[in-house]
Amino acid sequence: METMKFDIKGDALNIYLVGDFVKQDLPQALFEQINAQKITKILIDSSLLEKWDSSFLVMLYELYQKASQKNIVIKASKLPNGVEALIKLALSVPRASELAPAPRIGFLEKAGDLTIRVYQTIRKTTKFTLHNLRIFFSSFLRRTTTRDVDFLFALQDCGPKALPIVLLISFMVGLILAFVGAVQLQMFGAEVYVASLVTIGMTRIMGAIMVGIIMAGRTGASFAATIGTMQVNEEIDALKTMGINVSEFLVLPRLKALVVTMPLLTMLADFAGILGGAAVGILALNIPYSEFFKYAYNAWFLKHFLVGLFHAFVFGFIIALSGCYFGINCGRDADSVGKSTTSAVVYSIVWMIIATGLITFCFQRMGI
Amino acid sequence: MTNAVIKAKNLSIGYGKKVLLQNADFEVKKGDIFIIMGGSGCGKSSLLKVLTGLMPPLNGSFDLLGLDFNTSNAVQKEALRQKTGILYQSGALFSSMTLKENIALPLNQYSDYNQKTIDELVALKLALVGLSGYEDYYPSEISGGMKKRAGLARALALDPEIVYFDEPSAGLDPVSSARLDELMIEINKNLNTTLVVVTHELQSIFAIASNSIYLDATTKTITASGNPHDILKNPPNERVKQFLLRGKD
Repeated sequence: METMKFDIKGDALNIYLVGDFVKQDLPQALFEQINAQKITKILIDSSLLEKWDSSFLVMLYELYQKASQKNIVIKASKLPNGVEALIKLALSVPRASELAPAPRIGFLEKAGDLTIRVYQTIRKTTKFTLHNLRIFFSSFLRRTTTRDVDFLFALQDCGPKALPIVLLISFMVGLILAFVGAVQLQMFGAEVYVASLVTIGMTRIMGAIMVGIIMAGRTGASFAATIGTMQVNEEIDALKTMGINVSEFLVLPRLKALVVTMPLLTMLADFAGILGGAAVGILALNIPYSEFFKYAYNAWFLKHFLVGLFHAFVFGFIIALSGCYFGINCGRDADSVGKSTTSAVVYSIVWMIIATGLITFCFQRMGI
Repeated sequence: MTNAVIKAKNLSIGYGKKVLLQNADFEVKKGDIFIIMGGSGCGKSSLLKVLTGLMPPLNGSFDLLGLDFNTSNAVQKEALRQKTGILYQSGALFSSMTLKENIALPLNQYSDYNQKTIDELVALKLALVGLSGYEDYYPSEISGGMKKRAGLARALALDPEIVYFDEPSAGLDPVSSARLDELMIEINKNLNTTLVVVTHELQSIFAIASNSIYLDATTKTITASGNPHDILKNPPNERVKQFLLRGKD
């Protein structure tokens, strides 16, 4: 049975509603008639209407909108209880299209706004970095508000808890390095140099970079999420109003923990990587293990090893500062915590790559 | 001599170009329960942020305990902060610390008490807010009302002269809300602490306020001040009347 019927008599449009008007689409034919015909009044008869839902309200709402645009009078008889009040309520709020449009922003204004924002961000991050570096280095000479327990928790999180994944990934990276190198070296019968390749590669840069990436994704993200959640819960406001130095209380223990653990993790990662290379060399390439380790030992230079540790030390600063910066500058909702966490990881990795380039360039110029 | 603990002079607040309140002048007297009230978006919480030093005013200044807060140096600001406490909407307890550690934090930072004295002080503050025995609970293990009371105990840790409250009744059931109101009156009466409360809960306002200001979102000014009962008897305009009567005539 059709729920809605309509006919036109003279200048009046009669609409008859029967039965249940539930989950119905807008009656396009009706609105086409209103547009096409010269109508001055609409009479709605809903005396036989039984059930209705929001689709009925939407139909009426559109009808009233159309009527007010075309100066048509609507007379409705026996509308269900509450419907008229709901329609009045809906009509009292102007539609978005009726509101004043948002002012258009020109290209120059946009560019200017972007420049100001970039400048402010650079100034803010530089200030944050210098402030926290000053606190870090001065903390060895004076008493700070950092709680020992916070430092120890951070140390445990950055060290022992991160160790298994660091060892596993580094072992795999050593393994891959060895396989990739072996393919080329075998052509010259020089597969024994796989040991040298893996040792130099891991100790000089790969160990530090792999630890850096793992720690950025694991610990840097965790710093940003933890501190970001504190921001959402007003805990950082509470610290500030208590007069507690947020940098000393939140950033310093994490910074110290990461700067201490990064070089240690890198040392162990170097070792795991060499073992990964050894697994390939000894088991797949049939290099005698004494031969492999002799070549590995000969390729191990303190210079390379210290360069790797220096990278790890710098990466420690980058990851901790990035994680804490995005945590402290997190917004006040759950979505912001996710964005802060992502930004912390992305910026950590980008800055680690930039730092690696700079360090490599400087060391090369210095002949190291 | 005036006994004002907070004196705002020509204070304007807002974010960037958006002004929320302009040229506000008001005084909070010692021992007052001072209510900052107004509809949503009128700048109540932003005013609280300015008064607690979390955000600078756009213009004007305010004296806190006789010192101009914005021109005070870092040492003076730290001293002023020790004389104030704040209870946030959510309690803002540090989730990684037990209630005892939360309340002991300001005591550890700013006092030379030994650990035993600090433990006793923490127990006393928790007893004052009716949370004796909850020392070793974490914030996640207690209810919303208890979190607020624990937050209040932390705000009271250093025996502050002023305690700020940001929407203390928000998210509480009527009984917990009434209990918190009673607690605030007790603290004000017995510890002679000045309370500055940001709220729009009418029951709380009429139950606890000794003085108040009404922030008008339309005019961006203070349009009424005084005891809320007196304001209701003689409302300066229709908006204030509607607010205090919950929209009824």
